[in-house]
Amino acid sequence: MKRTVPLMIVMVGGILMMVQYFIPHQYSQAVFDSYVSWAPIIAAFALILGVGSLTRVHAHKIRRKAENWQYSWAVLIPLYAMPVLAHIWPVSLSGGMDEPSIFHFLFMHIQVPIQATMFSMLAFYIASAAFRAFRAKSALATVLLLAAVIVMLGQVPIGDLIAKWFPQIGLWILRYPNLAAKRAIMLGVGFGILATNLKIIFGVERNWLGGAGK
Amino acid sequence: MYEIIGIWVGAFFTLAIYSFLYKENPVYRLAEHLVVGISLGYTMAITYDVVLKPRLIEPLLAGGSWILLIPALLGLLYITRFISSIAWLSRYPIAFVLGTGMGVGFPLTMKSNVLRQLEAAMIPFYQEGMPWHMVLGNVVLVLGTLAALIYFFFSKPHKGFFFGTGSRIGIWIIMLGFGATFGFTVMGRISLLIGRIQYLLGDWLHLIE
Repeated sequence: MKRTVPLMIVMVGGILMMVQYFIPHQYSQAVFDSYVSWAPIIAAFALILGVGSLTRVHAHKIRRKAENWQYSWAVLIPLYAMPVLAHIWPVSLSGGMDEPSIFHFLFMHIQVPIQATMFSMLAFYIASAAFRAFRAKSALATVLLLAAVIVMLGQVPIGDLIAKWFPQIGLWILRYPNLAAKRAIMLGVGFGILATNLKIIFGVERNWLGGAGK
Repeated sequence: MYEIIGIWVGAFFTLAIYSFLYKENPVYRLAEHLVVGISLGYTMAITYDVVLKPRLIEPLLAGGSWILLIPALLGLLYITRFISSIAWLSRYPIAFVLGTGMGVGFPLTMKSNVLRQLEAAMIPFYQEGMPWHMVLGNVVLVLGTLAALIYFFFSKPHKGFFFGTGSRIGIWIIMLGFGATFGFTVMGRISLLIGRIQYLLGDWLHLIE
């Protein structure tokens, strides 16, 4: 019950879904339709697990007054306030029905700017990483450096000023050698995914069972 | 008024995140924790709106869709993870999602990651009227893909003409690809940075148009 049944569910479910792809019959289509309607519902419940886990960690920190425990409130309050503000108490900012709600405000003016700024901050870190990666110590590092510089300059107006054909070289690198490397990587990843799929379906790979209750 | 307060709040949190460039500080930490709570809270609200309400609750309340209780019960089994004596029951929904997901994904991955890629790599080097840079590009594309694959093939030692030379050409192609990808990523991040600076100097301080 603890290990065999879940392994059987994986095997039967995996083989069934694989086979239905190759048999375009109304029964196989019905199986697939059930999967399409069931899978998001089950996955949605997994969110409860994540929220419960996060709550447990932060509640534990607050209870024990661990280091920086005050910030845990900054996680827990909006975590529960957002669904309440969205569904149970959708307060608008000025009381009017047409005005944006607090839920909308929190998302648009806290979440969006913070996330955009976090991603933009990577520009600084990527610059420092470039400084280390781009020291042309070997022929291969020089190739990496040249390709990056040509692609970067080819995308901005200065590239056009250097020479009319300069952006074209950047485009050529993106279209041909870059695509060749990406395609090889994609093929490798594809074979890896297929092998892993088969290993999980046939129970060779069992790490996903975890240690829950052995 | 709503917009003005929103821009000031957005500017405050933008500066709070950038303050990390100097060093980690309480304002940054507050923003970092807030974003975790808000994003997960937002996901909960949206998941209820687009998944649970239309696909489970409304059909159940309308009656006649009792079969949907099966995925609902399976989903609820996830929560047993919190009770150590019956935590093993959480394997059932995982098994369902994993098994069916792997089964659905297998032919699709075979198609998109393998067959389509192989098909796209098999192109003629030359066709009438093709400019020389395209011919050169096609040669690089076909032979480069093969060489890069040889580089990733570790079951044979990289020696001799086929494996030795192939893998050496392969690493050159991979380096060109990584360089191009890196350059492309840098440009993407820089444009995001420009966007944030425009927000601060334009929307907030009105120093630029």
